[in-house]
Amino acid sequence: MTKQNIVIIKYNAGNIRSVNNALLRLEQEGEITADPEKIIKADKVIFPGVGEASTTMKHLNETGLADLIKTLTQPVLGICLGMQLMGSQSEEGDVNCLGIFDEKVKKFQLPDPNPQNLKIPQMGWNQITDLKSDLFDASLEGKYVYFVHSYYVALGNDTAATTNYIHPYSSALQRDNFFATQFHPEKSGPVGEKILKNFLKL
Amino acid sequence: MLAKRIIPCLDIKDGMTVKGVKFVELKTVGDPVELAAAYADQGADELVFLDITASHEGRKTFVDLVHRIARHINIPFTVGGGISELSDAEALLNAGADKISINSSAVRNPQLIDDMAKNFGSQFVVVAIDAKKEETGNEWAVTVNGGRIFTEKRLFSWAREAEQRGAGEILFTSMDHDGVKQGFANEALAQLSDDLSIPIIASGGAGNMQHFKDAFEIGKADAALAASVFHYNEISVPDLKTYLRSEGIVVR
Repeated sequence: MTKQNIVIIKYNAGNIRSVNNALLRLEQEGEITADPEKIIKADKVIFPGVGEASTTMKHLNETGLADLIKTLTQPVLGICLGMQLMGSQSEEGDVNCLGIFDEKVKKFQLPDPNPQNLKIPQMGWNQITDLKSDLFDASLEGKYVYFVHSYYVALGNDTAATTNYIHPYSSALQRDNFFATQFHPEKSGPVGEKILKNFLKL
Repeated sequence: MLAKRIIPCLDIKDGMTVKGVKFVELKTVGDPVELAAAYADQGADELVFLDITASHEGRKTFVDLVHRIARHINIPFTVGGGISELSDAEALLNAGADKISINSSAVRNPQLIDDMAKNFGSQFVVVAIDAKKEETGNEWAVTVNGGRIFTEKRLFSWAREAEQRGAGEILFTSMDHDGVKQGFANEALAQLSDDLSIPIIASGGAGNMQHFKDAFEIGKADAALAASVFHYNEISVPDLKTYLRSEGIVVR
C-alpha cells in the first residue's frame, strides 16, 4: 500500500499514540495534530480517544474541532470514545455530541439477577457480527476484537456491526464517509489490523 | 459473548524476562519483546510486564522497553512494578502502556488510586493485591513488597475500597498458591467476583489446564494470569484455549 497522508486528531484524550503504533506496523504513519488545515487536507482522518464524554465535547466545542469534524468529506474513523462522540447524545455527563450518527450513547446497566457475573466496564475480547460496512469483509464475521467501555451505542440505522454484551448494541457505525468502532482495532491483533487496512483502502 | 482472558505475565529485570518461583531465585529466560510477540501470535489475550528492577537506571530501561513493546505488540498490555507517583504512570502511558498496575504503593497511599483514575481513567488502573490466607477464619491478609511484609488491610475490604476509589480491575495473587502449581485460590476469587462489579484477574497457582477452567467456573474470574507454565512451555496458549473451548468456556 502506498503511503497516505493520515491525520490522527489530537485532543485532550489518552492513548492516541497506540493508534499510530498500529499504523507503523502497517508501514503507514499518522500525524498527530489539531491543525485544521492539516486535518482538512488529509487522505484519512482518525478520531481516537479514551476519556470522559462531556469534558471532551467541551474541549472539542471550544477549539472548533467539533464543527470541523462534522464537515469532513474524506474517510473518517472514530475509535472508542471517538465513536461515542460522533453519536447524537451521551448519558456520560449528559452531553450533546457531534450528531454525525443518530444513535444515542447509554450506560451499561448490569442485569439483576446477574448469574454470569457480568462486569462494567466490558473489558476484553468479544465478537462482531452482522457486518455491514466496507470497513469489514466476510472473513471478519464473528471474529473477536478488544473492547474497554462502560457506555454503549444502541442499535440503529447506522449500525455496521453488532456485539452482544448484556444485550446487543452497535460495535461499529457507518454513515457516508464516517466510520466508527467501539472496539480498539489498534489493539485487536491481526483482526484489528485487517480492519485498519480496510479503512486505509477506502 | 465476552471471552475469558488468558494473560501471560513477564517479570522484567534490567530489560530481560525473569520468573521468580515464590518471588525468590530468579532465572533469566528471554528477551521480553520477542517473548511477548510469540505470546501474541499464539493467541494470548493480554500481557502483563512487571518491572522488578530497583535501580534508577533500571527504571529508565523499563520505560524504553515499554516503548518497544508498544511499537511491536498488537494486543493490550499492562505494566507494573515500582509505580508510586502520577509521574511514573504518566511516563508509562506516554510510552504506550494500555494499563498500569499498582500494588504496594496503593496500600501505602490509597489516594493514589483516586488520582490515577481521575487523571488517566479507571480503565488504565489495575490494582494488584497480594494476599495470604489467615490461619483461622475466612480472611486474607494483604501483603506488600512481594509478600514479605504483612499489612493491616484485608483482601475483601481492600478490594472494595480500591473499586470505590476508581480501580478498573483487580489482579488478585494468592501468596499461598503462587508457585505451588496446585490451582488458583478459587473460593476467594469467587467472593471477589460476587462482591465487586469490576473485572477480577486470577493469579498464582496455575499448574495444569484444568486449573484455568476452575478459576473461570468456580472462581468466576474474568481473566487468568500465569507465568512459569507458559514460559517453560508446560502449557501452550493454543492448547489451553482448545481445551477450555472443549470444556464449554468462551475463549477467543
